Order: sequence, then C-alpha cells, then structure tokens
Amino acid sequence: MYVAVKGGERAIDAAHALLANQRRGDPAVPELTLDQIGQQLGLAVDRVMTEGSIHDRELAALAIKQACGDLIEAIFLLRAYRTTLPRFAVSQPVDTTTGEIRRRISATFKDIPGGQILGSTFDYTHRLLDFALAAGTPVSAASPSPADTAISEVGVMPRVVDLLDRDGLMERFPADAEAAEPVDLTRQPLAFPADRPTRLQNLARGDEGFLLALAYSTQRGYGKNHPFAGEIRIVDVTVEIVPEELGFPVEIGEITLTECEMINQFVGSATAPPQFTRGYGLVFGQGERKAMAMALVDRSLRARELGETISAPAQDEEFVLYHSDNVEASGFVQHLKLPHYVDFQSELDLVRRLRAAAEAKAADSIDEAAE
Amino acid sequence: MSTAQQAGVTGYNFAYLDEQTKRMIRRSILKAVAIPGYQVPFGSREMPLPYGWGTGGIQVTASVIGHDDVLKVIDQGADDTTNAVSIRRFFARTAGVATTERTVDATLIQTRHRIPETPLTAGQIIVYQVPIPEPLRWLEPRETETRIMHALKEYGSMHVRFYEDIAHHGRIVTTYDYPVLVNDRYLMRPSPIPKFDNPKMHMNPALQLFGAGREKRIYAVPPFTKVKSLDFEDHPFAIESWDQGCALCGSHDSYLDEVITDDQGTRMFVCSDTDYCHDRLAETQA
Repeated sequence: MYVAVKGGERAIDAAHALLANQRRGDPAVPELTLDQIGQQLGLAVDRVMTEGSIHDRELAALAIKQACGDLIEAIFLLRAYRTTLPRFAVSQPVDTTTGEIRRRISATFKDIPGGQILGSTFDYTHRLLDFALAAGTPVSAASPSPADTAISEVGVMPRVVDLLDRDGLMERFPADAEAAEPVDLTRQPLAFPADRPTRLQNLARGDEGFLLALAYSTQRGYGKNHPFAGEIRIVDVTVEIVPEELGFPVEIGEITLTECEMINQFVGSATAPPQFTRGYGLVFGQGERKAMAMALVDRSLRARELGETISAPAQDEEFVLYHSDNVEASGFVQHLKLPHYVDFQSELDLVRRLRAAAEAKAADSIDEAAE
Repeated sequence: MSTAQQAGVTGYNFAYLDEQTKRMIRRSILKAVAIPGYQVPFGSREMPLPYGWGTGGIQVTASVIGHDDVLKVIDQGADDTTNAVSIRRFFARTAGVATTERTVDATLIQTRHRIPETPLTAGQIIVYQVPIPEPLRWLEPRETETRIMHALKEYGSMHVRFYEDIAHHGRIVTTYDYPVLVNDRYLMRPSPIPKFDNPKMHMNPALQLFGAGREKRIYAVPPFTKVKSLDFEDHPFAIESWDQGCALCGSHDSYLDEVITDDQGTRMFVCSDTDYCHDRLAETQA
C-alpha cells in the first residue's frame, strides 16, 4: 500500500552534510583561508561587499568561502547578516576628491589637472592564459618595488566634471537635494516615483550582470543617451560620522571606492539651455564594470526628470528597480523548486476537463457531418 | 535573547527579528486588519531564508508569535514537506516555541498553498506565504497603475478577463490564486491556494494574515469577514471535485493530490492535508 513520503527532516540534514563535504573538497588539498580569499580573490570580495551592501572584507571572504565561490549566494549570506545589525549613524558624505588615488582616467580630455593615472587594471592586458601562473607566482614578481605601486597623494584632485561645471556646461543640482537624509531601502519599501538617491541606492545594490546588460542596451539604441566616460577614479577615502554626543566628525575608517561620472549630451528643453548631464556610479573596492554600467543606467532613469521620451527598458524605473536585486530575483526564480503539486493538481484537473470538452465537441461535429 | 539561547541559537532576538522591526510589522498588520484586503507596504527585512520561500510569512509569524504559542507549518497541506520542515525548525531554533502537526492544537499556523481541511476556530491565526500579492498584476504589470485601480475600485478588467475565459473555453480557467473580493471592497489574491479552499476564507472565525516579503506587502482578512470569489450569475463559482475519495482515509470532502505510483502511469488520489488524513485514519482504526 502507498504511504505518504516522509523523512524531509533527515533528507535536509543529509543534504547539508553533503554540501559541507563538497565545500571542503579533497582534504589532501590545503583549505582556503579568509586571508587568501581577501588577498588573492579581492575583486570577488569587492563585488560581494558592494551588492551585499556592507563593507567588511573579512565577512565577505567568509561568505565567499561558505558559498563555495557562488557570489550571489555569498551576497545573500552577507545581506542576511547585515539585516540584523543596528544602525548607529549615517556617515558624512565621503569626499572622493581627497584621499589616495589608485587610478584615475578620463576619456573626455587628453590631459587633466592631476594627470591620468592608469593604476592596476586588466585594460590593455592581452588575455593570454598565463601558464607560468599555474605553477605559482615567483616572489619577485609578486612584490614590485614601491615606486611601481605609487599611490598618488596630491591633496585635492578635482573631478573632471567640476572643470566643465566652472564653464556652466554641466548641469547643477540644488544644494538642498543633497542635504536630505537618504531613504534606506533595507528599512523602507520602494515607492514610485522614486527619487534619484533612492534609485542610486537600488542600483548600487543591484546585480552587476543585470546593470551591465541594461547599460549595454542603451548603447545599442534602446534609450540612447550619448555617454562619455568623464572620469573613472579608484580612491581610498576616509569615512566620518558625527556622534550626537560629540557634535563633530570623527573618522571611523578608510574604504576604497570606484566612482564613475558619465557625461551625457542634453539638447536642452524649454526651460534649460543645452548642456551636459550626469550619470553616476559608485561601488566598494575596485569595480569599474559595475560603476560604469550603473552610471549609464542612472542617466537612463533620469528620462522622466529631463523630459525625454520613455521608450526603453533601461528608462523604465519600475522595470529596472524592481528587477535589479539578485537576492530577490534568485530566490523567486529558484522557489519554483519548491513543491507546487497542489496548484498543479488544479491545473491537471482543468486541462483534463478542457480536453474532454474539446473531444466531445469534435465527436459532435463528426456526427453532424455524418448525418 | 535568553529563549533563543536556550533553543540553541545565540546572538539573535526571540523569533529572530529585533523588537523594533516586530513593532513596525505589527503596525502594518493592524493597518491591514483595519482595512481588510488592502495591501499595506512594509519595510520587509532581508531574512536568512530566500525570497520566494516564505520570507513574508516568516516575518508575520515572527512578529505575532509569543512564548505560549503552538506553531504548525504546512506546505501543500503537509507538515513534512521540506520547506515546511525548514521553517518549523527555524522557529523552533530561534523562538524555542512548541510545534505541532495537529491543526486543532495549533494557535498559529503558517501555510503555503493550502488552508487546512479541519475548520479553524476563533483565536487561531493563519499566516499565508504570498509570492505575488497584487491580484491585478497579470493584467497590469505596473504597481503605480494597480494602486490607482484599487483606490478607484476599478476591477472591471478582471471581470473582462473572466468573460474572455468563458467565451474561449466555456469556463473560467483560473484554478488557484483565484481572486476574491474582501468585505465588498478590495480585490485580493488569496495566495496560490487552490480555489477549492476559497470558500473556507469566508466568515472564518480565525484571523487570516498574508505576508509577501519580496514584494514588501502585508494584508489581512479579520475574523468573520465576507470573502467572495469573483464570478457571474450565469457562471457561478465552483470548486474542484474528484470522482473518487482519498485512497487512504476515504474522504470525499478533502482536496486530493494525485500520486503516480509506478512507471505504467498507475495513480492514486490521497488527501493533501496529511494531518486531516491521519486523524480520519486514526478514527476508523480506533
């Protein structure tokens, strides 16, 4: 006789044990340490921190280790940890014009005050598999002389867009718009229309692949916005908070940021003369691809505000903001793995009835034809 | 923290969520109860379980559960499906509350896709896990539009859709998540329960709460509230029926799952509500 399937509890325990086993792999191979992940898979750590919305290299490395290198799973782990943390303070706005510049390039001017600084980049590498690396990196190559790693510390390094701003060619934002405390999307539900700080927050947490594809679509004509990479900079900045009891800012740490400012054409409107508009991208660590994609999508989402026709997915804020989050998307897509047999039974019943009705109808029409 | 520690998880508050978050969710629940069927936006938290796997229901449960509650968790009507096991364990670990598989013993029931066959009673709370809270979503993808449609009670498009179903197929082809009108005002998605369960929502003595975590919405049907499944006078609402009873307990009044028992396509029908089925079996054997 049939007995209903039992043992879900034991199956779950066994599955988790198997996962732990798979995570460790062959015990003859040395286990990864968090330092190794943090140091040698640093860009994965950067991405997990950015989309996990928390700056903590060690926790991000732990999440990557626990997730067996599945970065979206690692982002999920970090987010689920972050959600329980108390919010002590909102930091002061960070100033990316000061601090140590690791990289800074502009595609709009050949030379800029402060100079172009290539820094560490995959750009211009020939993507040839380096078989020597497979055998391990020689110590001398791994530690270049300090002169080669020169981090430029020039005090204040102005932004390229600020140079244009001086000539009135760049759009300006009212100061009060920046002063307001931004919404916290992890505390309040998204509402529409969403203001720009809310959109930027959503994009910063958004999936790199999703933003990349959307940004790419704008370049191929789905909501074209004529971008130039005004400036991409990777900079170490200090973060400050103003504790209520002190009333003056204190440094709480230093973080690396990648910032991208896109300069976009704008032909002007009835109220505004022709000028350049901005798209903005900002991520933790080194993440130019994401920062650039974010800047393109940010500019696209400003279509409503700038009076442009909204015709493409990248310009549609409900479409973009509701679907950018990979933890939400991953969960909902994968929930299809959960049992749906009750609903499926309803559908089975319906399809059988519809088919029976269709067959009866077909039989009737054959009878009629015979008569 | 003490209870959570006793239960084996350290560093987390009773039932995982912090008290401020619970208060925020309770406020949303109160608003939802005050406006039956209205979707209240809330600051849904990122839970340690994936979106789409019951994060809304878990947050609602975490906000209303107390030390004395007895929790039952079902998925597809069964207590032993993997996700039900996982969620029941989550609360056993973080809240240390008593759990049960018996509908009559539970004070709080979290469910996915079913309402128990055993009638609920006054004082019980049933929490539904909701994937998509908006009943008009397949007709209008934009939240900005659907909120206006609710404000204006503009539900004609749903009737048109049902009319088109009847014109094409001779019947309404929605079988689960069948829309209902609550308290003669708000169109509501009952979550993906089979339409078989819809009549149980009407004038139910228990409090019915609905949580959608990913979509950040909470809604409610207070006890003894009118819940009407949409239909037409000449095409009245009807529920699924089976030609046979449950192969185990013989019930003709319960929702049946079809189980394929061999590779020849032999099948049998058994109750989806495992607790109900066990109870009936125990009675007949006694």
